[in-house]
Amino acid sequence: MLKTLFHGQLQLGLAQAVVAGVAALLVVLMGRQRGVHLEKELASAMVRGLVQIIAVGSILLLLLRGPNWTSVFLLIVMIVAAGATSARRAKGMPQAFQVSTWAIASGAGSVIAVMTLLGVIDTPITTLVPVGSMLIANAMNTNGLALNRFRADVLAHVGEIETALALGADAKSSVAPYVQVAFEASLIPAIDSLRSLGIVWIPGLMAGMLLSGARPVYAAIYQFVVLAMIFAGSGLTSLVSTLLMRTRVMSRAEQLILRPGA
Amino acid sequence: MDSKVKQTDTLIVLRADNLGRSVRDKVLVADASFEVHKGETLVIVGPSGSGKSSLLRLLNRLDEPTTGTVYLDNVDYRQIAPRELRRRVGMVTQRPFLFPGTVADNLRFGPRQRGQDLTETRIEELLASVGLAGYGSRGVANLSGGEAQRVSFARTLANSPEILLLDEPTSALDDDSKHGVEVLVAEIGREHGIPCVLVTHDVAQAARLGQRVLMLEAGRIVRNGTVEEVLGA
Repeated sequence: MLKTLFHGQLQLGLAQAVVAGVAALLVVLMGRQRGVHLEKELASAMVRGLVQIIAVGSILLLLLRGPNWTSVFLLIVMIVAAGATSARRAKGMPQAFQVSTWAIASGAGSVIAVMTLLGVIDTPITTLVPVGSMLIANAMNTNGLALNRFRADVLAHVGEIETALALGADAKSSVAPYVQVAFEASLIPAIDSLRSLGIVWIPGLMAGMLLSGARPVYAAIYQFVVLAMIFAGSGLTSLVSTLLMRTRVMSRAEQLILRPGA
Repeated sequence: MDSKVKQTDTLIVLRADNLGRSVRDKVLVADASFEVHKGETLVIVGPSGSGKSSLLRLLNRLDEPTTGTVYLDNVDYRQIAPRELRRRVGMVTQRPFLFPGTVADNLRFGPRQRGQDLTETRIEELLASVGLAGYGSRGVANLSGGEAQRVSFARTLANSPEILLLDEPTSALDDDSKHGVEVLVAEIGREHGIPCVLVTHDVAQAARLGQRVLMLEAGRIVRNGTVEEVLGA
């Protein structure tokens, strides 16, 4: 229907963005009726997301002809931005930005590096950056979930944690149950994605490969490869993140720093 | 004269020296100096928000003082590893916060942190001392409020503390349970010889249990003396 109204690709794209945005807006309105206010957050996220993807698309267009090392620069920028974004999910957590950035860099970053060296990810910028960005974005989501869950659990169990400390437990073991739960919970989306691959969803990468003429079996296998890399990157990120968080919520004298109102 | 000073020093288990804590320019506790002697129950009273619990949390270093320090057996507590300090300075809070499992599991928690295991006999002794003989295998989910608080006492005693900090241990209990816990506190001092620092908002309870009383207002000690001197009881 839209294609009959808009002939230019840019106009069509903007019209499609408006329609998709209206669908998201309807959900917000439904949420509002139930007392859930996401208007501001969604509006800023949508505008920001649209501007960012257009900007990055334009930059990518410029960089496509550049040397391959520019991918490394782009991926580092993405990691820092991902660290800043997921740190916002952990208000009040000490050093959330540093924890998130280190976790994503060592989790997603190391998987990208090793897989590139082994030849699983191709080095041309047109492959490395999109595949790398998928790993970083998923690591960011996992890290956000882990931080959010850990923070909520610690704040809900201050009494239990301080009781353990008061009985002579060390800082690590007093928050260990909440580290474990945060790690497990943060990986649920990544596990579900792997589990439902090809049945519940056919990811965009595979569709793109098919459209660009790749053999369907190779496209399918590579999609599994990407999802397995996403799981590895997200899992490592969550592991590093939860271990770092464990130390950040406690002082050197083994006092709980993260407390309601602190 | 010298021997008298020495004798007094040996009776002091814990000494707070100019202890204070401020958070973002808000003074929670200021210039608190006092001593706790062997076998006594020192009661801290004061209105809500006067800093009673904040002061107690400084004594086992659950919070960091911003001024002053605490001496445990004449040793600055910053020189003692926090875990060891908290074993020696036991704490019982308003809510017992029992860990999931059995009563015996809870009693084993503290010693297990140091790689020690309590014998069944010791568990039974501890439970008998808080009036809960035979409760070891019970699940904590099925305990009444008073029973849970007694388990919390036994769990702290399992660490063989040298002093006990009690933060309003009866304020969440009904009258019967409250009386039982008060008897227990008196027995701990009398039979175990462990000095207690009890925080309470209940002046009558302070008069029943305390030998000496500190009165706090806006984080500062405004009176320090015997029950008669401070409460006029």
